[in-house]
Amino acid sequence: MSETTSHLARPQRVNREFTRWSRNDLELRALGVLRRVVIGALLLVAVFPFLYVGVLSTRDIASLQRDPARFWPNLDEVRLDAYVDVLLPYERGGQDFANLMLNSALIAVSTVAVTLLVAVPASYAVSRLEFLGRRQISALFLAVYLFPGILLAVPLFVAFTRMGLRGNIAVLVVVYVSQTVAVAIFMLRNYFRTVPVALEEAAALDGLGRLGIIRRITLPLSLPAIVSNALFVFMIAWNEFLFALLFLVEDRDVWTVSLGLAQLTNALETPPATLMAGSIVLTVPVVAIFFASERFLAGGLTSGAEKG
Amino acid sequence: MRLQAAVRRRPPTRVRTPPRGPLARADARAGVGLVLPSVVVVLVLVVAPILWSLVLAFKDLRLVEIARAPLFGDFTLDSIVEVVTSPRLWESLGATFAYSVIGTAGAVAVGLVAALALRRPFRGRGLVRALLLLPYVAPIVATTFAWRTLLNPQYGLVNAWGQALLGWERPVSFLTQRSAPVGIFGLELTVPVALTTVIAFEMWRTFPFAFLFLTARLEAMPADIEEAARVDGATPTQSFRYIVWPQLLPIVAVLTVLRFIWTFNNFDDVYLLTEGRAGTQVVSVGVYTALVGRGDIGAASAQALLLALILAVLITVYLRLVGRRGGES
Repeated sequence: MSETTSHLARPQRVNREFTRWSRNDLELRALGVLRRVVIGALLLVAVFPFLYVGVLSTRDIASLQRDPARFWPNLDEVRLDAYVDVLLPYERGGQDFANLMLNSALIAVSTVAVTLLVAVPASYAVSRLEFLGRRQISALFLAVYLFPGILLAVPLFVAFTRMGLRGNIAVLVVVYVSQTVAVAIFMLRNYFRTVPVALEEAAALDGLGRLGIIRRITLPLSLPAIVSNALFVFMIAWNEFLFALLFLVEDRDVWTVSLGLAQLTNALETPPATLMAGSIVLTVPVVAIFFASERFLAGGLTSGAEKG
Repeated sequence: MRLQAAVRRRPPTRVRTPPRGPLARADARAGVGLVLPSVVVVLVLVVAPILWSLVLAFKDLRLVEIARAPLFGDFTLDSIVEVVTSPRLWESLGATFAYSVIGTAGAVAVGLVAALALRRPFRGRGLVRALLLLPYVAPIVATTFAWRTLLNPQYGLVNAWGQALLGWERPVSFLTQRSAPVGIFGLELTVPVALTTVIAFEMWRTFPFAFLFLTARLEAMPADIEEAARVDGATPTQSFRYIVWPQLLPIVAVLTVLRFIWTFNNFDDVYLLTEGRAGTQVVSVGVYTALVGRGDIGAASAQALLLALILAVLITVYLRLVGRRGGES
């Protein structure tokens, strides 16, 4: 930048100075406009598909085929029949999604409980305690976090088929735990590190043992992190598709909502509005949780940026 | 929104000599005890199965005979030879690389643009950020379904608008058509329609991840260098080119490798959009089809093994990159 300071002394460069200013001006203005356009476009692209599905869930197929280019529904043709249809049990002619939601909720909540049960102590140990193999174990968790599910599909499918355990919800929960425990440890470990050591040392001086310190000092202080971690794991388990497909597909009674919707979309006779309603029913719980806890969750999504 | 926390929150590196004594020994015992359940879960359900799938790749096993067949012994190279010599594998690998290279690059680029556009605070920025994360947060079954509906040739909005406003002669089967000739500037090009659509979907769904990552880095960036540059007369683009971009580069590299790893092995998106038809059979969908569709365990494992080998290289690159960024291991 020495040029910009030296040219002040040289009158013949004043002209250059002028053009530089206008370039700056030009860029500021152009980028200011561009910024608005980009934000608007991104927002539209990100949100529009969800809006579209929401709107279509209220329109019947006849109206849709008559006029597919119209986005907004006429208010007099809005009906919520599709939601009733998708939620009702089979016996009453519905798609049974109320039951599938229960299945999904049961699986997701169990996954959260077991994941926290094993991940909280482990992340405390990894963040605070010196023990043999600590670094290797951190590296192992990172590798597992990066490892994609499809590579586990073959051996787990074969093993559980042979043991006759496919279709068992408890088995699926254990598989989910193995998929979420690594990322849970990452999130929690980062948080535990921010709890001041001095607090724990003070408690130790007052005669608390290690487990007492964890229970009475660290856990209460880390409650926000643990809650957001629980919500994050819940979202992973609720959204999961591959293992649900591999393990549960043969038994309709234990399907999750994700699996149920995926199977429904392949059945040709289902009316589109019902599918749209099913999609909304699948999405709403996760989006609600996300908006309720987004400021905490955002950090969790990017964990793994750091090395273990 | 505490985005920066994930990237910035790293404790000051303490040089700690390992303490010796009864307390340290009790801590070491407690540490092992506390970490053990997680390690067992991971060893039993991740590490052991992966190792076992290596064994399966060297067997010629069918799903129907799984109940009686011996799980060890009878080793053969048949499955591996069959997979490697099949011309479909190379087509499949080509699709996988196109999908993951272009998908990753596009997602990171769009994520960067988004992060820069939302860098300066404005009213409602928090809400806009949260809304931009929707494609990544929403269930994959729901997002693929939304796009399948939008792109539907009979009643999808994209085709309806394309015909009404852009003068398309007939609807485009975005997800079921392998290729189509497209004329640009008098050139006749053959575009792989379904593959392009699937790649575009991947960008749409994962740009929020890049956006989040880069926003965190941007927020952790000290403002004073940029201010000094502005005072010295740097224009916004110059300031980006010479000050912001060099600081972003390491995280862009990490992000790219991370996204590449996940995209390369992605199963859900492609399967739910096209089931691997019309030239979109990526290797992970090939694994699933071999396993569930044909019940051919050997072929499925052999393809998974191939993915695992490529993945091992990628993870090594990732660890190198993250390691170079410093921090304790």
